[in-house]
Amino acid sequence: MQSLVIVAHGSHLNPDASTPTYDHADTVREAGVFDEVRTAFWKEEPSFREALRTVQAEEVYVVPLFISEGYFTEQVIPRELRLDDWDEEAWDSDGTSATHATLEATDVGKTVHYCGPVGTHDAMSDVIVRRAETVTGDPDVGERSDSPNSRASRTESDGEVGLAVVGHGTERNENSAKAIEYHADRIADRDRFEEVRALFMDEDPEVDDVTDFFESDDIVVVPLFVADGYHTQEDIPEDMGLTDDYRTGWETPAEVDGHDVWYAGAVGTEALMAEVILERAAEAGADVGDAVETVRRRTRVAGTDAGTGAGAGTGD
Amino acid sequence: MTDVNDRQVDALVAAADDGVDCDGLRVRRGEDGYRFETPDGAETGLEESALRSVAAENPWFVSNWYCWREVDRPEVETAFLRWLESADDRSVPDRYEALADGVEASWGELAVEVALGGDGRRTYAVRHEEDADRPVGELEVYADPLSARELVTYDDRGRYRPLKTAPTLQTGWALLDLDGRSLVRAVDVVYPATVTNWHLERQGELDVSHWRETMERQTGIYGVIRTWDRGEGYEHVNWVAEACCDDSQCLKRREWEYDDDTDLDVDGGDGAFPCREPCSLVVAAARQWTKLEGEQPQTYEFELTPSEKEQVEAIIDTVADGEAGEIREADVYEGANRYRARFLRAKRFDEEGRLGGVSTDD
Repeated sequence: MQSLVIVAHGSHLNPDASTPTYDHADTVREAGVFDEVRTAFWKEEPSFREALRTVQAEEVYVVPLFISEGYFTEQVIPRELRLDDWDEEAWDSDGTSATHATLEATDVGKTVHYCGPVGTHDAMSDVIVRRAETVTGDPDVGERSDSPNSRASRTESDGEVGLAVVGHGTERNENSAKAIEYHADRIADRDRFEEVRALFMDEDPEVDDVTDFFESDDIVVVPLFVADGYHTQEDIPEDMGLTDDYRTGWETPAEVDGHDVWYAGAVGTEALMAEVILERAAEAGADVGDAVETVRRRTRVAGTDAGTGAGAGTGD
Repeated sequence: MTDVNDRQVDALVAAADDGVDCDGLRVRRGEDGYRFETPDGAETGLEESALRSVAAENPWFVSNWYCWREVDRPEVETAFLRWLESADDRSVPDRYEALADGVEASWGELAVEVALGGDGRRTYAVRHEEDADRPVGELEVYADPLSARELVTYDDRGRYRPLKTAPTLQTGWALLDLDGRSLVRAVDVVYPATVTNWHLERQGELDVSHWRETMERQTGIYGVIRTWDRGEGYEHVNWVAEACCDDSQCLKRREWEYDDDTDLDVDGGDGAFPCREPCSLVVAAARQWTKLEGEQPQTYEFELTPSEKEQVEAIIDTVADGEAGEIREADVYEGANRYRARFLRAKRFDEEGRLGGVSTDD
């Protein structure tokens, strides 16, 4: 018997904060490879403190739905799960390379395979690209229009599309920026998008000046956040000049300084995130069969919800 | 009524080799044949055919045993499901007569109804206790326990519920025809981990983390809370518990205290399920109070009429009890009425919103 527990931040104020966690848990549950799939939250219930006791299996895979390694993944979660033998060396990570560590949760006596956060997994690069496809409604976004795979492109710019991966920045945690740059570099190496940039909310290069960093007419902006909330639905759209007032919403694409800016909501809401959760658990030893391929296939037809509605409330 | 069927009797005969002992039914195979015993008496030396006959004459006992042994349940689930029908307190005949009409149990604001399904299995229905007597046709009916997730996110006013055990569960829905597993899952969605902690408590194994150790564990922006405990007593924690943990605010029964040696002076509540440590809402609020309570009291001088003083008290009471929205627009006899509050503000605040024109900082 193997169980999966997805741990996430949640919110006291924003009802949407936990939505992606539940959605991805449902997707993984439907894949049928875990006997139980549960969720737990820092700010909602069940809490990290009480989640493992509700799980039947003696062997539990814990995957943090967080973007980067740092305070939550290295201090809060191990402490609250009572992984008493945890220390920050257990992952042996350079800041983006954590895979997993196997420990005992001392209050319940269960074996916990504690995985690195989804945000630093290589497969996250695919999710960012998928997000760009979803928000533009173009499965070949960025591909040259003369390439044989290209379909009629909504972006209609001869395939010259820039991609901005946006993160919070280093305010509290340098690994936060590392994760953004890591994926931006990986995607740039694929030569699909004309330009790929890592931008930040509170440090240079700043997302406020997004159009300064791109030559391409079309710019797809993907925020590397787990859930939609204050940052992704209020701050960033206003800072980029998509709208003067987030409450009135914005066009997708929105014209800013002569560029078409395609703004995606939080990447964490992309259905393909479920695959990253499975990859994390599989690397830690979970038997996930062909669920990764199944999820990849199923989420591909997940439509073109651009997630541009005005967000509700703020996270905390 | 419950008929005993061949499958149940076959299972009973097979189980008799190892012995059956369930809620007063005892069956075992001995050297001189089978023994079949209920609280009403025992029959011994039975051939298999006689055992089958006597089993058929005691359908409730047999079906009850079959129901509880049939599914390989975790102990916590069995304990909860048996508790719902008072299996440890009521005899099998007494229970089966009650189950024929449906047995009601309460868990927080949930009303759980247990009834007999086919083959002696239990079926469960769950809804808000306020909807217990409403016809099902008036309710939104769900079958998947996970669908309860959307029901617990908002209250009847459409406001987000950050605390699942707040007594603000929305009404107007029902989950019907659940088996035991699904029922426990649904309860766990509505009130996460409550069944598990209730069970641990019954086993004498609930791990309570008191206020002091919980706050000492905090780090980051919550690390400041430990400075609120200054070795000068625990009155501040009484206030926190009175503010946040009263039954009017949370249905868990608070089992945590100031520390191992020091109980709080306020009541922990009467909830069925325990609260084993200050929750994240208490921690977040305590952080704010730690900051606010660092201030020193000052003396301010205002003039209020006696009625105005009482009105201020009424406004605080009304907000604290969450009743501000219920005061009718024209009910100017209530101190917390909007027109009354606006009048008081017009009269007693200066242009900068200062009560009595008195500066806060002086």
